[in-house]
Amino acid sequence: MIQKELMTVVSQSEIAKDIFEMTLKGALVEQIDEPGKFVHLKASDEMMPLLRRPISIARIEPEKKEFTMIYRSEGAGTKALSRKRPGDAVDVLGPLGHGFPLEEAAPGQTALLIGGGIGVPPLYELSRRLNDKGVKTIHVLGFQNESVAFYADQFAELGETYVATVDGSLGEQGFVTDVVNRHHLKADVFYSCGPTVMLKAVEQLHAAPKGFISLEERMGCGIGACFACVCHPAEDETGTAYLKICSDGPVFKAGEVAL
Amino acid sequence: MNRLALELPGLSLKNPVMPASGCFGFGREFSQLFDLSTLGSIMIKATTEEPRYGNATPRVAETPGGMLNAIGLQNPGLEKVIANELDWLKQFDVPIIANVAGSQTEDYVQVAKEISKVDNVHALELNISCPNVKTGGIAFGTIPETAKELTKQVKNVSEVPVYVKLSPNVTNIVEMAKAVEDGGADGITMINTLIGMRIDLKTGKPVLSNRTGGLSGPAVKPVAVRMVYEVSQQTNLPIIGMGGISTVEDIIEFALAGADAFAVGTANFVNPFICPELIAELDAYLEQHNVDHISELKGRSWK
Repeated sequence: MIQKELMTVVSQSEIAKDIFEMTLKGALVEQIDEPGKFVHLKASDEMMPLLRRPISIARIEPEKKEFTMIYRSEGAGTKALSRKRPGDAVDVLGPLGHGFPLEEAAPGQTALLIGGGIGVPPLYELSRRLNDKGVKTIHVLGFQNESVAFYADQFAELGETYVATVDGSLGEQGFVTDVVNRHHLKADVFYSCGPTVMLKAVEQLHAAPKGFISLEERMGCGIGACFACVCHPAEDETGTAYLKICSDGPVFKAGEVAL
Repeated sequence: MNRLALELPGLSLKNPVMPASGCFGFGREFSQLFDLSTLGSIMIKATTEEPRYGNATPRVAETPGGMLNAIGLQNPGLEKVIANELDWLKQFDVPIIANVAGSQTEDYVQVAKEISKVDNVHALELNISCPNVKTGGIAFGTIPETAKELTKQVKNVSEVPVYVKLSPNVTNIVEMAKAVEDGGADGITMINTLIGMRIDLKTGKPVLSNRTGGLSGPAVKPVAVRMVYEVSQQTNLPIIGMGGISTVEDIIEFALAGADAFAVGTANFVNPFICPELIAELDAYLEQHNVDHISELKGRSWK
């Protein structure tokens, strides 16, 4: 169930250039039942920014009533968030949207997780859950360069992990798709999150017979009411059909959305 | 004592607070959060005869104290709104105000005729003020004679009272209000959004794909209050006031300006629980200030 709660900051640190890892505590965590769902945050009562900011969830720890998110401090909203210190409150609405379907990977099968930039975080909780149920995970993480890369070690603890950077400053030079092709990576299912151009390229890899992608988009309300984050479905005879990324997604079956 | 219940043309309101059209969809998303029957009414998303996808994204841009939107009247079309959305809303004990939009007079008339027959639609809100469509919308809302004529035509076919939603993008708001009153309107809702623009410094181009959008949120409240203040003195029509309402104090301000009831727009996007919260707070506020009924405050600023 969607709740609104003033959650407490447990910790916050800058883990890469402008990339922050923040852990929040509160009862709302019990509602987060699936990796890939997101929270909609307001860092202050100020009139600017007025709207909430959608942030993905990187780790869920229900027993401690904590979840961790990793976000890029970029605009006014995320900058305000990055100034929060342990003990401060953050207004959280969530969990929102539909997450990654874990049931699409059976124990003993292999899942390929492909993330780009700030699309990497939700794949971490996904990988933890998949490994918990006996699914082998292969990770391909793409970043602009070494200074903004994060969590390569944490992913490596869970399974085979490849890192790609555009300038080659960390891991292999190139895009995530280059890495998948170079190593002939194959799986039973793929899960991906990142910029739309990357998702489009990942869909065309056909590295697995089925896959799921999580779209990033600017959002208004985050619950499906404002129609700000709509997209076209791949099959649409009339041209008037639509999907809302916030509430129908952000995770969609590969091929479902016109990218 | 019931300080909040109110009778307006076509509408028996439990309380005077309702979500504004375009800020609440058809209620489905919010029904997961609270009981929609607690609302005074629901102004559903604008309905056109045919389904509309609306404008390309980006459709929303944030501004200080507000936001610009250029959704472009996205909706599933008259047939589906009646069959799916209004039918689904029947489970709630709440009167619906159906927002009617179109590109030409015939569209408005057709939608009004059909949608006003639906049981739970107790009033229409004639959308002659949408700034985000190429034809229709605001084109009907800026020329008094055109607005009057459209109101007349819709009144001829509607089976429920007709409220007209006024655009603030006019030189003389009172003239517009009087025109729709002459056309037979039963009430006025005001204000729709103010046309605005934001330009991306990196690209040098407008942020919104539609280039311009409608400004809403706390930033527009003083404009709305001023317009309600002017219009309420010059017409006998009831007014549902809106424009940046996000606190109980905002509601009181609109009442003092001359509004009978109050619609909440952009604030639903910031806090989806805002409507039930405001209803509870309004009752407490009136009790604390020894006001027996919300209507006592109407137009106090000029009376």
